[in-house]
Amino acid sequence: MNCQSHLYRGFDPKTITRRWFFQQCGVGLGAIALGALLRENGWAAPTALANPLSPKQPHFPGKAKRVIFLFMAGAPSHLELFDHKPELTKWNGTPPPAELVKDYRAAFINPDAALLGPKFKFAQHGQCGAELSELLPHLAEIVDDLAIVKSMHTDAFNHAPGQILMSTGSQQFGRPSLGAWTTYGLGNESQDLPAFVVFSTGSKGPSGGASNWGAGFLPSVHQGVMFRSVGDPVLYLSNPKGVDQKIQRDTLATIKRLNEKRLDVVGDPEIATRINSFELAHRMQLTAPELMDISKESKATLELYGAEPGKGTFANACLLARRLVEKGVRFVEIFHEAWDQHGNLVADLKKNCRDTDQPAAALIKDLKQRGMLDDTLVIWGGEFGRTPMVQGGDDGRDHHPNCFTMWLAGGGIKRGVTLGESDEFGFNVTRDKVHVHDLHATILHLLGFDHTKLTYRFQGRDFRLTDVFGELVPKLLA
Amino acid sequence: MTATISGATERMDFEEHIKPILAENCFSCHGAEKQRGNLRLDLKAEAFKGGDSGGVMLAGNGAESLLVQVVKGTHPEIEQMPLKRDPLSAEQIARLTAWIDQGAVWPDTAASIHDARLDHWAFNAPHRPTVPEVSNSNWPRNALDRFILKRLEQEEIPPAAEADKITLLRRLSLDLIGLPPTIAEVDAYLADHSPDAYERQVERLLASLHYGERWGRHWLDAARYADSDGFEKDKPRFIWAYRDWVINALNRDLPYDQFIIEQIAGDQLPGATQDQVVATGFLRNAMLNEEGGIDPEQFRTEGLFDRMDAIGKSVLGLTIQCAQCHNHKFDPISQEEYYQLFAFLNNDHEASTMAYTPGEQMLAANLRRQIGELEAGLRHTSPDWEERMNQWEDRVKDDQPDWIPVRVVNAGDNSARYYYYEDGSVRAAGYAPTKWTSHFKGTSQLPFIGAIQLEQLADPNLPCNGPGRSLQGMAALTEFKVEATDAQNPTNKMTVKFIAATADFSNAEKELEPEFSDRSGKRRVYGPVAYAIDGKDDTAWGIDAGPGRRNQSRKAVFIPETPIAFSHGVVLDFRLQQNHGGANSDDNQNHNLGRFRISVTSATNAVADPLPANVREILQTPRAERSPAQLAAVFSYWRSTVPEFKEANDQIEALWQQWPEGTSTLTLLARSGETPDDARRDTHLFRRGDWLKPANKVAAGVPTVLHRLPAEADTSRLTLARWLVDKQSPTTARALVNRIWQTYFGAGLVATPEDFGTRAEPPSHPELLDWLACEFMEPTITVGSSSLQPWSLKHLHRLIVTSATYRQSSRVTPELYARDAYNRMLARGPRFRVEGEIVRDIALAASGLLNPAVGGRSIYPPSPEFLYQPPASYGPKTWKQDSVPERYRRSLYIFKFRSVPFPMLHTFDAPNGDFSCVQRLRSNTPLQALVTLNETEFVECAQALARLTLTDGGQTDVDRIRYAFRRMLARQPAESEQRELLALLDRIKGHISDGWVNPHELATGRNESPANLPAGVTPTQLAAYTVVSRVLLNLDETITKE
Repeated sequence: MNCQSHLYRGFDPKTITRRWFFQQCGVGLGAIALGALLRENGWAAPTALANPLSPKQPHFPGKAKRVIFLFMAGAPSHLELFDHKPELTKWNGTPPPAELVKDYRAAFINPDAALLGPKFKFAQHGQCGAELSELLPHLAEIVDDLAIVKSMHTDAFNHAPGQILMSTGSQQFGRPSLGAWTTYGLGNESQDLPAFVVFSTGSKGPSGGASNWGAGFLPSVHQGVMFRSVGDPVLYLSNPKGVDQKIQRDTLATIKRLNEKRLDVVGDPEIATRINSFELAHRMQLTAPELMDISKESKATLELYGAEPGKGTFANACLLARRLVEKGVRFVEIFHEAWDQHGNLVADLKKNCRDTDQPAAALIKDLKQRGMLDDTLVIWGGEFGRTPMVQGGDDGRDHHPNCFTMWLAGGGIKRGVTLGESDEFGFNVTRDKVHVHDLHATILHLLGFDHTKLTYRFQGRDFRLTDVFGELVPKLLA
Repeated sequence: MTATISGATERMDFEEHIKPILAENCFSCHGAEKQRGNLRLDLKAEAFKGGDSGGVMLAGNGAESLLVQVVKGTHPEIEQMPLKRDPLSAEQIARLTAWIDQGAVWPDTAASIHDARLDHWAFNAPHRPTVPEVSNSNWPRNALDRFILKRLEQEEIPPAAEADKITLLRRLSLDLIGLPPTIAEVDAYLADHSPDAYERQVERLLASLHYGERWGRHWLDAARYADSDGFEKDKPRFIWAYRDWVINALNRDLPYDQFIIEQIAGDQLPGATQDQVVATGFLRNAMLNEEGGIDPEQFRTEGLFDRMDAIGKSVLGLTIQCAQCHNHKFDPISQEEYYQLFAFLNNDHEASTMAYTPGEQMLAANLRRQIGELEAGLRHTSPDWEERMNQWEDRVKDDQPDWIPVRVVNAGDNSARYYYYEDGSVRAAGYAPTKWTSHFKGTSQLPFIGAIQLEQLADPNLPCNGPGRSLQGMAALTEFKVEATDAQNPTNKMTVKFIAATADFSNAEKELEPEFSDRSGKRRVYGPVAYAIDGKDDTAWGIDAGPGRRNQSRKAVFIPETPIAFSHGVVLDFRLQQNHGGANSDDNQNHNLGRFRISVTSATNAVADPLPANVREILQTPRAERSPAQLAAVFSYWRSTVPEFKEANDQIEALWQQWPEGTSTLTLLARSGETPDDARRDTHLFRRGDWLKPANKVAAGVPTVLHRLPAEADTSRLTLARWLVDKQSPTTARALVNRIWQTYFGAGLVATPEDFGTRAEPPSHPELLDWLACEFMEPTITVGSSSLQPWSLKHLHRLIVTSATYRQSSRVTPELYARDAYNRMLARGPRFRVEGEIVRDIALAASGLLNPAVGGRSIYPPSPEFLYQPPASYGPKTWKQDSVPERYRRSLYIFKFRSVPFPMLHTFDAPNGDFSCVQRLRSNTPLQALVTLNETEFVECAQALARLTLTDGGQTDVDRIRYAFRRMLARQPAESEQRELLALLDRIKGHISDGWVNPHELATGRNESPANLPAGVTPTQLAAYTVVSRVLLNLDETITKE
């Protein structure tokens, strides 16, 4: 129903404004400024006070209703985890063929640094027979649920631009992130939680920081909200010292009554939105701490993830991600920045996989047993791959944009497939290349969007997540 | 009139024969809208330039022309054109071929294809329109109102009544200074019944220094100001002097044209002042990536793209950045024109300068004067000084051995990157590790090397001019190690052992400053140059000569125990150990060499030349030709070497010790073109905007769709700056007045402030926009104390805030709301939530906590510590919370880390400076409610307002409630509002008295009895008022301009 239509019925303006807003518009996360609305409405005259986060229909019914992105920041080595290159062992210690590295720009090493054989054993798993490293025993258990993409490539070979490209489709800062585009397109199903929740659990934060989950030029309601699995889950959630529930309720009720009086006087619907915002904030205060308390989970579930209440671990974040999407949160992103193995490749990969393999696999199992995997898209991957060439002595690899591996599961992704191939060194993609833009186009497709049509006008131009690039990857679709 | 297929004999006419073929078949992909393959065929110049595949027409040779080959489908690589249509007929192809054979004559006069986009209103300079007649001639207060009223009369909507005085004063105060009026200010205004009472308030507020803060913040959005680099490291940077420049410039109402000129090219103005140089920080606000493994040239280029974007949005109101990769899709701006503009910006050093406060400037001038007097005294008391100095000069003039530079290259890993110079020197750029050893190799043909010299060279691209890379431009060399290998026999090598080291300057031994702490707890020092060859990890050669004298070139000479003698040349392997940085390489803790040069000599007795490099250089100039400044420089050095001048020398030295520190700030410095280092860069068009794909060279120039450059214009930034604010500019004044309008009324007359191009929505009041732009550039109306100064921003503000339009009540009926939800027609006053900074400023001001100090370094209010530590932040960041009252300064001073935005401001839509922002969106979210309810400082504000209310608010609860209410909202509470608050107060008092909560905690945040309570006030009262104050702080009206 058009919110504005109630304004024409000839009631006393003072009461109708208020009553109408509370009864008809329900909870809204906030009106936004003119510019934003004009942009969304394609410059038509405004017809409604939009709540930018109310649930919206995509272009076509999407298979995925929500997304959990496990962002392995720092760039995991595809050569040690997914892309088995026995040939590389043979070439260990010899320089790469000159034509391979002609015009190759490396970040740290000289491009003619010697090749380095893979450091771990691989074996085939599951019905699909996908090859996985011995570092990923838990993932091996669910490999038939995954689509492994060995043919990813990207444009950037430095972390900040690479991560920002993966997060926003552009190396330039200031563009909306994938999560922001998703909530822009689909709104939020939760009424008392943010639409886009972010965790960071690695040894560092992501390069480029908050711009990785920023709203860019979209209204800022679309920006990711960082949650913590220890302490207050959301900043400023707790009441000030000395304020108990009664005082808080009384305070909020008084604020509401005074705001209502002002709404009666000035008639600005924005006040109604503010009243709703306060009500939602209060609901968040009541529900978020409980939601974030994983101690109520069964022992079996905690053990499945390897989660321990009170820790800021990746395992806890994965379990929380499941709890959040259950409550209708649209997009959860966990940044685990730990994968930049210029050195200490063997020991660090062991540690990282110890920290992440079980929880990531547990997330898939858990979603599946709850019947949520079918409409929850889970994505795992970093911003680029690592060089087949060694960095330093014999225990490190440099940044490598030409080829890397990601996996996806659920949400309309084909199960038990491996897409793409790389050359014998794992240096270049030789089949079924998937650029970051193609990945984005595919993610949007799964959510029900034509990536060329999900646009937002800014600076005179209809911007897209995929800029002017990106092709859907049909081979990934179930 | 047909051409025959076998070959045309008929003369082809472009207009008649060719253009129709092109228009029908080619323009849809190679025309104004699209330029596939970067080829555009509807404009002569573009057509002849060709596209990605090169030229398409070889005049005189149709058959060999790409155009003909592709339409025939005979080109080996390119598909037959047109792609999605039928091929051209044989006759059409024959005509094209013939036309090219005949010389491809494309007459200029044909204006061949008129580009209708040139007619777009915003591409033509504004002309002052006639002020319209209106029916209701009583309502308008100035010309502006007539434009608004005319539209309202057309729409048959009456304007709203004037807002009441208190609402108006709060609106005006929030608009002009970003702070609410005090109770006293409200009372004074209410008591002022003079006819110009309102105008006097306008003048009072425009004269306030807070005016520059409030409007400066808007410009800083456009200038993408932040206090850190962005990207991964996101290191703190020093550029707040620029922020203060903006505030001051607005406060003194620097005319907008000057305001822009100084920011784009202040350094190039004749006799540029410190302030004018500081202003160039505008362009330096671009982000900077210094993560490991980056190519510094890539991110220098990215920075230039960002500068283009900022100029486009903030000054021109045009999306010129759209033409970085291809011709602009919608506006007539070609990619070539983009790079022509870019060329103006491509010839600078990324410099920094020391900025001094006025007090520091006076001190420095005073010291300089005293030193001058002492030196004059020496000349006076030693009349033979000139003769003695000349003798000295003759002695030292040729006392240096020949030093032969060794061209070294990086032999370490690639994470550190270098620029290499013609003089053999090297400059480190990009990632700066804090404890490491750099490794270089170079070859020397000198068969006998008796000494090695390491020069550290000042360079404008280094912090404070270098020569090092610390924030102060300093470096510490822990150890200097060399290996020598026979160039012809790699097994014949030696590790060089040094037995002596000299330097032209070493600082006295001192312990490393705290910022260089490596947390080892070890005593780490830097000082004499011998520390660079003592084999110890915790000692280094230091070159810190203190403020005023730090940033100059230095040199050291190292003597090997045995000369390095290889008759067929030698490969020298240098290890420059730089271990005197701090523990955190994600912060400004490096102490590295910046620019340096290594040279060798056969002399075995060499010592570091004690003469400073600049003095040595002056000696090359014949005495008679030296300038007074050069003579003075030589004298200053010489007198320091004369033993009998000891007393004066000591006095001068003591004066130098008082030199002020200043603060460094990022600026631009033009490359002069005079020396190889300073060579002017060529600018190339980058194919697809990719800096690795330079195409044709372009000269500096401006888009033809805009106004022209003056005939004799050079290619300096100053030319660009003056062009930007030329009164003929079609968009400059319009863009600015539109943004100011937007700030007052919530929406601009053009809804897209960053885009006045062909895709922009038409202005709501086009004539008003032009009238304001013209009145801004050439004022005709006197308002208040305005002086008809062109480009006066205060004049614009006066015009707007004294208008009847602005003074309307903002109340809205559902009918009017339905008709005009966004108030584009202005049948009511503006009402919307204030910007994030002002949300906090209102809380601080109303609660009496605000520290109104203007300017200075950025501040660190309370913020959750975990945000600045991994894994929330990439690297550990320093957020050292300021104490009271420093941290209660206005919000525009809050330190802006780009990657970790200050949570309160971020939640209230403040941009983080990633790129230029000329329109903030306004959201209204639950997270905002959590901030104003619970954030540390907002809670402190509630507590402080409670105390203030009990101290100053009268003796009864009614008085006190009214007092607190007025501090927050300026107006008196309505009866019902007062009842509501009194009832709350009573309930809370009861709740506390019943022992449910601890009043101490509520009132102070701590479990301790509140100190210094006013007589008769109980902790329970204070606690209850804290709750009431918290309610007031959280009202919609509190953070709203009504």
